[in-house]
Amino acid sequence: MRAVVIGAGVVGALIARELCRYDLTVLLFERELEVGFGVTKANSAIVHAGFHDEPGTLRARFCVKGNAFYPKLCEELGVPFRRTGAYVLALHAQEVPELERLLAQGEKNGVPGLEIQRTEEILAREPKVNPKIVAGLWAPTVGVTEPWALAQAAVENALLNGLELHLAEKVQTIEVKNGCVKGIKTDVGFYAAEIVVNAAGLFADQVARMAGLDVPEIRPRRGQYILLEGETNIHSVLFPCPTPKSKGILVVPSVDGNLLLGPTAEDVDDKADTTTTQEGLQQVREGAKRLVPDLDFSRAIKSFAGLRPETAAADFWVGPTKIRGFYQAGAMRSPGLTAAPAIARFLVHEVIATEWHLSPRNWNPRRVPPPRVADLSPEEWDELIRQDPRFGRIVCFCNLVTEGEVVEAIRRGARTIDGIKLRTRAGFGRCQGGFCTDKLLLILARELGKGAEDIKLKSERSPIVIGPVRP
Amino acid sequence: MIKVWKVEVAVVGGGAAGMAAAAAAAREGASVLLLERNTCLGGVLDQCIHPGFGLHRYKEELTGPEFAFRLHTELEKARVEVAFSHTVINVNPQKPEILAVGPNGLVRVQAKAVVWACGAWERPLGHLLIPGTRPAGIFTAGLAQRLVNIHGLLPGRRVLILGSGDIGLIMARRFHLEGAEVVGVAEIKPFPGGLLRNVRQCLEDYGIPLFLRTTVSEIHGRDRLTGVTLVEVDEQGKTIPGTERFIKVDTLVLSVGLIPEIRLLEGFLSCDHVQRGPRVNSFWQTEHPWLFVVGNALVVFDLVDTVAAVGEEAGRFAARFACGEMQGEPCVPLKRGQNVAALVPQAFIPGEPARLFLRVIRPFPKARVKISPVYSKVHLGLRPAEMVEIRLSSEATAELQRCSEATVEVHPQ
Repeated sequence: MRAVVIGAGVVGALIARELCRYDLTVLLFERELEVGFGVTKANSAIVHAGFHDEPGTLRARFCVKGNAFYPKLCEELGVPFRRTGAYVLALHAQEVPELERLLAQGEKNGVPGLEIQRTEEILAREPKVNPKIVAGLWAPTVGVTEPWALAQAAVENALLNGLELHLAEKVQTIEVKNGCVKGIKTDVGFYAAEIVVNAAGLFADQVARMAGLDVPEIRPRRGQYILLEGETNIHSVLFPCPTPKSKGILVVPSVDGNLLLGPTAEDVDDKADTTTTQEGLQQVREGAKRLVPDLDFSRAIKSFAGLRPETAAADFWVGPTKIRGFYQAGAMRSPGLTAAPAIARFLVHEVIATEWHLSPRNWNPRRVPPPRVADLSPEEWDELIRQDPRFGRIVCFCNLVTEGEVVEAIRRGARTIDGIKLRTRAGFGRCQGGFCTDKLLLILARELGKGAEDIKLKSERSPIVIGPVRP
Repeated sequence: MIKVWKVEVAVVGGGAAGMAAAAAAAREGASVLLLERNTCLGGVLDQCIHPGFGLHRYKEELTGPEFAFRLHTELEKARVEVAFSHTVINVNPQKPEILAVGPNGLVRVQAKAVVWACGAWERPLGHLLIPGTRPAGIFTAGLAQRLVNIHGLLPGRRVLILGSGDIGLIMARRFHLEGAEVVGVAEIKPFPGGLLRNVRQCLEDYGIPLFLRTTVSEIHGRDRLTGVTLVEVDEQGKTIPGTERFIKVDTLVLSVGLIPEIRLLEGFLSCDHVQRGPRVNSFWQTEHPWLFVVGNALVVFDLVDTVAAVGEEAGRFAARFACGEMQGEPCVPLKRGQNVAALVPQAFIPGEPARLFLRVIRPFPKARVKISPVYSKVHLGLRPAEMVEIRLSSEATAELQRCSEATVEVHPQ
């Protein structure tokens, strides 16, 4: 029996990992150069509680469940996760009923610990918050993680359990005979498979149509962000009252101690349109300042945009289809990241394994995270350098990343400058790669046995340099 | 067990400032350890292969590496111990003790005085919040310079430089000489940010255009840069609608400012909000008397000769402090007045000679620089790119003691 998963974002990676628990050959296909380079790479990185979603939706069901899986999942995979808690803030009295509505909705969805707090209580915990607030909904189960790290770790763990990973390979057609899946054809070749899971993110509609399904279009909804450097004394995720279109512009303390502001919510036409705009960035500034008035934008280190896979129905596609063997985990807009672990378990164990009577095999749930010197005590770091002097050579001064960590990231699958950045945080700091890009470039070239001109920033057509100054 | 090294003066950073400080401290008779994160000395001088250095200090024109070599020779003569490939990762806020990481493990350096000479870092694209895409092909000028001059790699073929700081101007010429096409240098201000000699020798001599009051308003290209939108700005720096033009380039080089590298000190030092370096007195001491800061880690200087001179001075004071010949002295604050941008030091020691460095906020063909009541002088051709140096005698600083503070002002004439 062979199973194919299309898309190595956080959803596909977790599904592939669960499939490896059974007696199957599991293949995971990704069109990008690395795992987690699509929707997973640019979003709010929040593990939501589940009060934003209407009862009865798949979003509500899988969000609350997924949230509960996070601590154990991140512990097994060695991925950062922090329960920060969150406030939805009401800035005037008219918004208080909205908090009550969210509270009731959350309780109906089974979200634990929700309560409406008064201004003093909120300001005691979050002194930087706008003093004009009149009340806030407190949700203790909200947390933050690193979505790309979760996708990478899930894939690494799956590789230990027998996964076959195909990067930079694009699915072109899906072969269906007599209503059953027979396999997929990529730009490389044909792979026979009885089970195919569509976790193609923004492109899940195209993949579903390859199988002959009539599905609604997935439309990208762009979200622009600004990242501010450093600890600013904000502990919880801060939300404004939501609109029908989005959860609004948030203030998010990231796992590595920075502050993420955003996102906007703009419908765009192009599934690769991650441009930021003057208006969008202005909206982020203003929205964030409504929640925290004295944000210091001179500490901005980056602006970027991500895309949410939206559909008219605004709900996930999860489960079997009329084609035997073809399953969906698509249209994963927010809270897709939170829902992913629950969706992976449901789809693999309750749907696929049951339908195909799969038998379990020996499975190792753990992935040993790579060493990270910034998290070690001086004594531990000293010991690590004695074992391997490359951990004593610092490459990124902003985030204290060593050559040893970069080499390990490459050993685990990093192929690009961005891949190194997402795995090690080198280049993620205040100087944004000014001091380390050339070192990363040379280490990548050396470790991969390539020329410097063959090293890419993020995609096939994004070289850093064009070659030697004098050929 | 983490190794412990004991020394009288620890100097962090082996660029021009650090080398000069270390050599001077050793000549004063102190035991000196210089910690350098790279495998060789010279700091940024190593990648500055163009001439123009040393005219003041050595009375001849040298390249960056040649200038570094001269200082290196001074170091060797003075018997300074150098720990290469050692990066400082922590500074104790209470006492002169630093933690460094090197290829053989961690080292705790226990000193009596510390000279911080870590240079500056370049403002990256991310700080500017320019709309558009995030493609490959965008480099800070220093990174581009390292790629070309140290690694022999060419970043791109059609280049726009954003910002007319000195490194940007130097890189415009470098790219041109390496066969790339430099479409121009865009500067948001109405005057160039770099030295006039660099505008002449790097742009005018090669016919590279300088677009003043112009900035980049959008970045294009999904994978690799395909072009930028240039836009003109008005007196207030606001973009003028309708002046946008698309320029096809595969490389954007940023020269939009340097920021003192004092990350490890930020938690326990008060900083100057203008230049973002620490506040020091005329002995180059911070509020923690054992901690001295010099070079671009203090304020971005215009000339390496000045950096070396100040480093040398601080090295001597650090040695005296380490030997107990000097304490934390009472200071009189020095305030920034009209038309003054960067300013160091921010306090002086009454009865001791002092050297002040300042930059003006905009060009003044003729202006009076005043520190009432001890200094008043007309200067010609003041430009933000060039530092103004003022020397105050011990008599002048003694006289200022009667005032509770002094202010430096620039008045256009």
